[in-house]
Amino acid sequence: MIVPSLEAKLIQKEFHDPETIQVLKDINFKIDKGEFVSLTGKSGCGKSTLLYILSTMDTDYSGELFIDGISMKNKTENELARVRNEKIGFVFQFHYLLNEFSVLKNVMLPGLKLNKFSEQEIEHRAMEKLRILGIEKEALKLPNQLSGGQKQRVAIARSLINDPLILMGDEPTGNLDKKNSIVVFDIFKELAHSFKQTLLIVTHDQEFASNCDRIIEMEDGKIISA
Amino acid sequence: MKINLGFEIAKSLLLARWKQTLVAAIGVTFSITMFITLLGFMNGLNELLDGLILNRTPHIRLFNEIKPSLNQPVNFHSDTTKEYNFIHSIKPNGGRLSIYNAIPIMSKLKSDKNVLGISPKLSAQIFYNVGETDLNGVINGINVVDEQILFAFDTYVTEGNSNDLNIVPNSIILGKGAANKMLANIGDLIQVTTSKGERVKLKVIGFFQSGIQDIDKIQSYCSVETTQKLLGVTSNYITDIQIKLHDLTKAPELAKYYSKLFDVEAIDIQTANAQFETGSSIRTLISYAVGITLLIVAGFGIYNILNMMIYEKMDSIAILKATGFSGKDVKKIFITIALSIGIFGGFFGLVFGFGLTSVIDQIPFNTAALPTIKTYPVSYNPFYYMIGGIFSIATTYLAGLFPARKASKIDPVIIIRGK
Repeated sequence: MIVPSLEAKLIQKEFHDPETIQVLKDINFKIDKGEFVSLTGKSGCGKSTLLYILSTMDTDYSGELFIDGISMKNKTENELARVRNEKIGFVFQFHYLLNEFSVLKNVMLPGLKLNKFSEQEIEHRAMEKLRILGIEKEALKLPNQLSGGQKQRVAIARSLINDPLILMGDEPTGNLDKKNSIVVFDIFKELAHSFKQTLLIVTHDQEFASNCDRIIEMEDGKIISA
Repeated sequence: MKINLGFEIAKSLLLARWKQTLVAAIGVTFSITMFITLLGFMNGLNELLDGLILNRTPHIRLFNEIKPSLNQPVNFHSDTTKEYNFIHSIKPNGGRLSIYNAIPIMSKLKSDKNVLGISPKLSAQIFYNVGETDLNGVINGINVVDEQILFAFDTYVTEGNSNDLNIVPNSIILGKGAANKMLANIGDLIQVTTSKGERVKLKVIGFFQSGIQDIDKIQSYCSVETTQKLLGVTSNYITDIQIKLHDLTKAPELAKYYSKLFDVEAIDIQTANAQFETGSSIRTLISYAVGITLLIVAGFGIYNILNMMIYEKMDSIAILKATGFSGKDVKKIFITIALSIGIFGGFFGLVFGFGLTSVIDQIPFNTAALPTIKTYPVSYNPFYYMIGGIFSIATTYLAGLFPARKASKIDPVIIIRGK
């Protein structure tokens, strides 16, 4: 049997401040390896909240989450950090690059943290990722010397450095203009098709979503179509 | 996480705010410098003042005291359980000041393992004759070589050569105060009257200045033999045996033992000079208090800077955590930052502290009371450098601990969603 990359079982979440509101109700779905999935819904429907639970950064929920068939329940903060490092790549709306480090070093950081390969090997792999994304020429620049679209591509390269099981994106094109959005989307598509990369992208851009392999649509904390 | 990676991230964060980092490090440097200087100076002074008394005080002094006998004859003839005797105004009989069997006691002490050395001494009450006037005085008969070794006698002989006491017959080293009163120069003959009325001429071969003026006005030094001649006594007449021990702390215990063994009075240095230790320890305490206060202030500086850095680098911390760095890793990074400020600041503090004490050591300091001191006294005791180093690291660690814990608890979801 093929283990799904990600599986959510009966995930529920409530916000308690200022009053108790249930933001996620009975979330059940699976993402198989190699799938290019988009998670859409209106603003405030709980899609980002769900994504942060799926990424293990938010641990305050009930229900169960399996990544690569392993339950994320009862794992310590350290173990979850390890899971994020090894199995999840993350691209945010904002690039979150460290301005003190060069582009190359930014991409290398999660790899150095994982410490699976030697530094030279990680550097080589980072250059490889930058080349796939077409920004290998900018490797030695500092992030603040780059354009917005280039920065986002660096962020994608960073998320790929440890060959993650799943790449998650939280509105990765939200801050980009039309042209750059298309570039980023094409990159995701290429990753999904040429490299069999599993992707889960949160977006409210209908056009973006409709181009994906599968759309999960949410409304008021529930999945209405998977 | 590899240690190198932590260092690298810490370094880049430090360099990103290098001006604040420098200010924080300078804070530590300044406080450690002052700490070292203060302690070095205070302890130099302590050692000087203690030395003034302790160097010249025997650890144990054996002597005979003239006092009434505890066993009065009437006690032999009455049963004290039934009767009471009331005797007033008991006087000692004509006891002697010299120690019985002084020579055998000295040879016994010389073979004692606890004893570093001994030096015999006898004192003679005399008058210095200055024309028509007689000035009160005391001549100490000493063995110059022993005094030089055990009590740093030469330090206090400001003019002349103390070894001449053994060479020139009937020679005297005059107290500087007494010499000033008599207008005596080296090579002059002075006349003294002993307590038995004899007049003797002595040749001045040097001056003695202890730093305590009352002593310098009265005391002078001759050889043991000259003093015995002055007093008209035999060569086994010794009034004091001064003992210097290997271990000063054993003095009270050994004083009791010798007192019993040789049937003499014995006084130890701790009993005789209790006030000095109190003064020294309080001065040291004050220096530590000031030093630690300085360090705590520097610690608050580091705390502030790290806190600011954490607010500024909130995004970086969030992304580090999102990409797999744990809270522990983040904490390590910030502790590394704090410690490197502490280590660099502390190291330069120790260097500058040494420099500043060396400068103070060169500043002229002349006082009539302390003839042998030419510059300010400072201590270079490595112990204070060690304490300074440990303190700088400990304070910066503590100052870094709270911000680092705060950083480690940052929830990346809140930061990232807040954008």
